[in-house]
Amino acid sequence: MALDGQKTAYKYIGTTPNRPDGLDKVTGRARYGADISVPGMLHGAVVRSPHAHAKIVKIDATKALAMEGVKAVITRADFPEGLEGEDWDLQENCMAGEKALYDGHAVAAVAATTPLLARDAAKLIEVTYEILPHVTDVDEAMKDGAPVIREGAADFSVPEGMHPNVVRYFDSGRGDLDKGFAEADLIIERSFTTEAAHQGYIEPHACLGQMGADGRGELWVCTQGHWFMRRMSTAVLGIETTNIRVTPSEIGGGFGGKTTIFIEPLSLALSRKAGGKPVKMVMSRNEVLRATGPTASASMDVKMGMTKDGRITAAHGTFRMQGGAFAGAPVDVTTMLAFANYDIEHVHHIGYDVITNRPRQAAYRAPGAPMAAFATESVIDELCRELGLDPIDTRLKNAAKEGTRATFGPKYGPIGFVETLEAAKAHPNYSEPLGPNQGRGVASGYWMNWGGETSASVAISEDGSVTVSVGTPDIGGSRASMALMAAEAFGIPYENVRVNISDTGALGVNEPTHGSRATYASGLATIRAAEECIGKMCKRAADKWGIDAEAVVWEDGCAKPSGPNAGEFPPMTIAEIAGEMGGTGGPISGHYEDSPAGFSGSFGTHVVDVEVDPDTGRTTILRYLVVQDAGKAIHPAYVEGQFQGGAAQGIGWALNEEYVYGEDGRLQNPVFLDYRVPVASDLPMIDTVIVEVPNPGHPYGVRGVGETGITPPLPAVANAVRDATGKRICKLPLRPSRVLAAIQGKEV
Amino acid sequence: MSKRIHVSTTVNGDEADFLCDPRETLLDCLRDHLGVMGVKEGCGTGDCGACSVTLDGRLVCSCLVLGVEAEGKEVGTVEGMAAGEVLHPLQRKFIEHAALQCGICTPGILVAAKTLLERNPDPTETELRYWLAGNLCRCTGYDKIIRAVMDAAAEMREAS
Amino acid sequence: MNYHSPSSFEEASAIAAGASGTTRFLAGGTDVLVQLRADIVTPDDLIDIKHIPGVKEISRTEDGGWRIGVAVAGAEMTECADLCADWPGVVEGMDLIGSTQVQGRATLVGNLCNGSPAADSVPGMIAAGCTVTVTGPEGSREVAVEDIPTGPGRTVLAKGELITGVTIPARGEHGGDAYLRFIPRTEMDIAVVGCAVNLRLDGDTITEARVSLGAVAPKALLVEEAANAIIGTTLDDAALDALAAAASAACNPIDDKRGTIEFRTHVAGVLAKRAAKIAYARAKGESA
Repeated sequence: MALDGQKTAYKYIGTTPNRPDGLDKVTGRARYGADISVPGMLHGAVVRSPHAHAKIVKIDATKALAMEGVKAVITRADFPEGLEGEDWDLQENCMAGEKALYDGHAVAAVAATTPLLARDAAKLIEVTYEILPHVTDVDEAMKDGAPVIREGAADFSVPEGMHPNVVRYFDSGRGDLDKGFAEADLIIERSFTTEAAHQGYIEPHACLGQMGADGRGELWVCTQGHWFMRRMSTAVLGIETTNIRVTPSEIGGGFGGKTTIFIEPLSLALSRKAGGKPVKMVMSRNEVLRATGPTASASMDVKMGMTKDGRITAAHGTFRMQGGAFAGAPVDVTTMLAFANYDIEHVHHIGYDVITNRPRQAAYRAPGAPMAAFATESVIDELCRELGLDPIDTRLKNAAKEGTRATFGPKYGPIGFVETLEAAKAHPNYSEPLGPNQGRGVASGYWMNWGGETSASVAISEDGSVTVSVGTPDIGGSRASMALMAAEAFGIPYENVRVNISDTGALGVNEPTHGSRATYASGLATIRAAEECIGKMCKRAADKWGIDAEAVVWEDGCAKPSGPNAGEFPPMTIAEIAGEMGGTGGPISGHYEDSPAGFSGSFGTHVVDVEVDPDTGRTTILRYLVVQDAGKAIHPAYVEGQFQGGAAQGIGWALNEEYVYGEDGRLQNPVFLDYRVPVASDLPMIDTVIVEVPNPGHPYGVRGVGETGITPPLPAVANAVRDATGKRICKLPLRPSRVLAAIQGKEV
Repeated sequence: MSKRIHVSTTVNGDEADFLCDPRETLLDCLRDHLGVMGVKEGCGTGDCGACSVTLDGRLVCSCLVLGVEAEGKEVGTVEGMAAGEVLHPLQRKFIEHAALQCGICTPGILVAAKTLLERNPDPTETELRYWLAGNLCRCTGYDKIIRAVMDAAAEMREAS
Repeated sequence: MNYHSPSSFEEASAIAAGASGTTRFLAGGTDVLVQLRADIVTPDDLIDIKHIPGVKEISRTEDGGWRIGVAVAGAEMTECADLCADWPGVVEGMDLIGSTQVQGRATLVGNLCNGSPAADSVPGMIAAGCTVTVTGPEGSREVAVEDIPTGPGRTVLAKGELITGVTIPARGEHGGDAYLRFIPRTEMDIAVVGCAVNLRLDGDTITEARVSLGAVAPKALLVEEAANAIIGTTLDDAALDALAAAASAACNPIDDKRGTIEFRTHVAGVLAKRAAKIAYARAKGESA
């Protein structure tokens, strides 16, 4: 068996077969979170705070409980006390305790026999509030005199004397900044802001929970990670983790936002209180936008120095981010990745995690990275302009490559940043002529990727077909990728592989489909489990032939003698071995349980052309190019899809998406009408180039590709608008009124 | 609770009856009373198109139609697109072009695209993008969706 | 909520007049259902007027104008080639509302009665000189479109009154109209500013004009000063600048999540110029 080394020639990897779940998803048959119903089920609804910050004085459910068909009402009093740390945060966020901490914070929930009845009953639950001063802006929340969200929320990292709303502090760097800046011919320092953006998955959170008085039950839910869901939900309810079996539905988008809990423990608690009847809960879009996790908003100062010939000599960044009423804004990642694209000797980052009266932030595709990229890639663009340098050549001059010590510490292994820059430069989009009011922007981005806890199993069926069981929900075609990798490993047709997403009762622990880890980690697990099966099948053939297992090789779906010395036997196909397995040692399966650490990051470079209407400030995307390193593209069409989807989300964040809070601390735009994600007519085709610099830590060279694509668009679009208008705008989104004001020479 | 109303309608060619509260939308009724689950709720306010159906052949958001308004009408959903085992060309092209990632918007987009091609078998890319502007997709950036519809349109023109 | 489906306007009016709680008329439902879903308005009585004979008809009036039924959806107007040829501005105002799906349901009268200052179809109707027939317990009257809204979410319609049809005047010779709106995206947004221009030419000279602005005041405006700025001109640059200045001067907008006072005021002038150019070209029979 030749398992060492990396394959370079593939039969199935790199092809684009139809996804196994395609038929279900084009016929309406696929079952998403809200699509399951069971006999006798109830429907839940949540009462939410209309106030940004308020003491909960009294909750009176008398009228609601008096309605016929209303079966249970829960408040925080129905949850255990004494939780700490992350568990307490989760519980407090799922159901407010003493205070409502943001507009949309859950304060009670009700279960009734129909959805309308549950909604009507929720309206009859009377909550008495004592309104408190609020703060929703990150810079305001750090100032002396700002309302304190919660005393004692800060951890040990926060230096003395800071406002209690500063809950985590980060300070890292290396080299000698003064020396670095002294070497520069030009130093540019700018302050930037980005607004909170929502993942905008089209499927609202939905679940169906059932739990008896014994604390045991079931949860059907749309989630990126059902083990996370199980651990968090049971922790919040104070029950043992294994008591709840969680089955993931098909998932209608997540982008990081479905890696935590909101309504799920409420459905379980309502079910228990209603005598164990299952309770279905489905969020409205209003609830999704007000009460689930958007990303953090950021306020940043970045200073960089460059020599005349384009070498970055030093970089300093201060990043202040608010992630709602709880610690967790991804400022740690922001500081880590701010300058990670480049080989910089003297670098320093400072980060503040600040709490405000906003919903608890959740992960959103490359959490923390796009904000940092907006600031640093804008400053680099400005340095290039002032010094008359080409933006791609300058990035090439400073690009991190294999052996570069990253600004966050470790040395990079083989990475493909240089290759993305060279491919972007060679692409026809980079030399397309531009007309009046048009501009071109370039920016690069990075995501370090992740491995995480991973369990998978592969089982051989009696006819030689193969079942792959993984624990990472298929959010964008990963069943196809797993099937391709299994087909490649076994040397059997893609169609002979069936991929299941197993529930929490069928596999060991798995992290979610997040961090760009599914294709890497579950893929690696699939391959390793397949190899275990192959080893067992080689042994079965060897036993039959009466030779050593080492003398058997696996090729093209068959066990074969390794050479003339091994003896002359006709190859045994997987079907032949499987057909006899009951009598040759029993069922054949392979397993993988590990936290693989061989992941490697993915760099991307984007080139965008825009046209700005000088009379209205409106920006139109004319052309868009994504170049990104996939390591090895397992299913290239779905890799392109990740590139294109990330770019579209980044374009939305750059141009029109933002959380707008009013003076009253209420979210002004909890509806898709005013939370403006890009529509089909807003975008051109999104051109892609897949760069492949294999990751040595994966048998086929895979790098995760999901996150990186959202990182460059923010600065790329801003740099293009700068090119088109002559105005550097340091605040996102680039809404027309802001761009027009800049064109008119006003301060923005 | 309001008094329930009996509604007789047709869904994908089959007669269907249900009792509904007059506040319930056609989307609610299709899903909760008739089990037609290919119709999805993404927003409930007509902004995302995931609940797109045809009502007497006209493309609408079923969240913006009351269940009682379906009385005597013909409702068409994604479940009615394939002819038995044979997929509609749009359905087939969506799979072939990887035009779906999570797939939650797919039923609505298929229904919307089908109504366009019935009216205009040879749309330009711009016409198609504007026709589909009410169908949000957050995964794909629309690129592969547009390619799939254009390819299906070309195939359907050749076949006719 | 009680659902009614009367078979005549008189019956509809009587139900509304006799109702004690909140009443809404249901045509396309694209506003009513959103408000219902969002718990903004849950009517006690919902009166579906789509079962009244004739409400889905588009017809010619005797003088060559048009009569649009109250349940005619936007898509049905867009599909009426003769109507589009006569009044492209009126039709494009309607057509810009919402998505293809919304176009399958939304109506001119619904858009008007919703009372939004940003209603896309209203400036086009005002510029065209449209009137609506109001029927109520006291009988019927004809009211100019600009006199229907009184402020955000409010209209002149009294209890028991409803609109029973829209009349668009005859196009006549050498006329053209256009509607433009500004939104941040290409589709699916509420107008930040809307502007309709309707004009008539004698040769190259504008002899009649009406200019209407949306989303820049508590209700859609008919701006006489803007019309006067181009009447008697050939829409030269000076006239366009005067038009833009008059349009901007008429604005009395608010700052909100969709736009600022400053932006709306400026863009009103920009759109007035652009819409006037299109209307002018159409009046000359040039494609635009």
